[in-house]
Amino acid sequence: MDKQSLLDLLRHDARESVDDIARQLGADAEAVAAALEELEDDGVIRGYQAVVDWNNVDEEHVRAQVEVDVELDRETGYEEIARRIARFPEVATLRLVSGDYDFFIEVEGASMHAVSNFVSERIAPIPEVTKTVTHFVMDSYKEEGIELGDGDDDDRLSVSP
Amino acid sequence: MTLGDQLSDRVKQVPPSGIRKFFELAEEVDDVISLGVGEPDFSAPWAARTAAIDSLERGKTSYTSNRGMRELREAISERVTRYGQEYDPEDEIIVTTGASEAVDLAFRAFVDPGDVVAIPQPSYISYTPGAIFAGGEPLPVPTRAEDEFKLTPEALEAAGADEADVLVLCYPNNPTGAVMTDDELADVASFVRDHDLVVLSDEIYSDLRYEDDHASIATHPGMRERTIVFNGFSKAYAMTGLRLGYAMGPPGAIDAMNKVHQYAMLSAPTTAQYAALEALRSCDDSVDEMRREYDRRRRFVLARFEEMGLDCFEAKGAFYVFPEAPDGDDEAFAEGLLEEQNVALVPGSVFGEGGEGHLRVSYATGMRELREAMDRIEAYVSG
Repeated sequence: MDKQSLLDLLRHDARESVDDIARQLGADAEAVAAALEELEDDGVIRGYQAVVDWNNVDEEHVRAQVEVDVELDRETGYEEIARRIARFPEVATLRLVSGDYDFFIEVEGASMHAVSNFVSERIAPIPEVTKTVTHFVMDSYKEEGIELGDGDDDDRLSVSP
Repeated sequence: MTLGDQLSDRVKQVPPSGIRKFFELAEEVDDVISLGVGEPDFSAPWAARTAAIDSLERGKTSYTSNRGMRELREAISERVTRYGQEYDPEDEIIVTTGASEAVDLAFRAFVDPGDVVAIPQPSYISYTPGAIFAGGEPLPVPTRAEDEFKLTPEALEAAGADEADVLVLCYPNNPTGAVMTDDELADVASFVRDHDLVVLSDEIYSDLRYEDDHASIATHPGMRERTIVFNGFSKAYAMTGLRLGYAMGPPGAIDAMNKVHQYAMLSAPTTAQYAALEALRSCDDSVDEMRREYDRRRRFVLARFEEMGLDCFEAKGAFYVFPEAPDGDDEAFAEGLLEEQNVALVPGSVFGEGGEGHLRVSYATGMRELREAMDRIEAYVSG
């Protein structure tokens, strides 16, 4: 079982059935199921989620990208700070990045107030955090490789030579 | 006088296209899922599109040399070495408005009135009319499902192709998805040499082979001097609408085709030539990605047909599979499927002798539609 092909397929559409995946890879369904389990057990696949276009959801949903600067000391490393921040359910994504700041956080909340409150009351007070910059997401055009919006119609002739 | 009465015999001799008829039927059905499309569902690689736009911005809107831009011919010459083909960009390559134009040029350059043009079938629908428009007499050479629709010397012999002047070849094949290996082509090459035929080899699907590498008859001993090879950018690079192809052959042959081309076409679209040049230079990865995607769909469709109990040989090229219609009547099946399940595919008989009783199923359609279409076909088959 070629695990890279399996991952390619799942990253494109994780809801495909094991049978359909097997058909496309020319493999046994059992072999695909076993490979999937292995990928999960090895921590390669950490979960399967829906890609939501929040523009089409009635309820308000606010997202912000937060840049966080930290100051390390002898006892505290990035890992430790990250573990603390990652625990908050409001934090959807947390990455250590190169460049002008240290952590990139994606925060989700029901309102701008909730999100800014979260940053000022939960993130900023962490002793190692020296600075935060919050960017509210105003619109999104592509998520997880999927273009949002209406897309283009297939304008090919329905039957052609 | 009405112009209708004045039509040339050649034009009158060619019946309306069966594809056209089916297209019109499909157009009347709402929410149709079409597996009847003979072109990629992808768009041309971004770099190729950008190169086209860039050329327009730089004002590159004049004719090119009749044979196509020198740089493009050089890039083509370089490219085809991967198929074992060697052609001099100077006088052995001509860039045309789609491979279709190249095929037409070859018919006009090599077919005299009354010349017999052997056309293995089922085949792409342009060859027979093209031969007729050039004054030739098409000779159908049926290929068979039990041979996986490969052309054999026996099939050529049985059809009387030993008397033919020209042989058209198209592998990987539209509509069957059949491919031919070097060994199998060697047998055809031997027949061709024995009976002194000219070969027109349409290799437009050369990059869409899933189990092995492309093989060309032109690379066999004694074949280069009697073969014109056609290729282009439509299928591999998803550039059908840009209309760009090319022909390669010995110098005198390309000169003759250029003679027709310079009067009929002058030169292939300049913008498309810039896109094609960039495609050759930097878009191999896109082609690989599209090929991988087609291959996954191919396996999926073949597996579903097998599970449904539809007989289907393992097509290894292009983006078609060619299953048997369950009750043998391809037209009735295709029309019934369209009416009851809103799925369009093309009855095999449209593609000539040997195609009847089969269905051309194109997998140049996204997985979601493909899955839904296969479910509907299954419902129709078992319904």
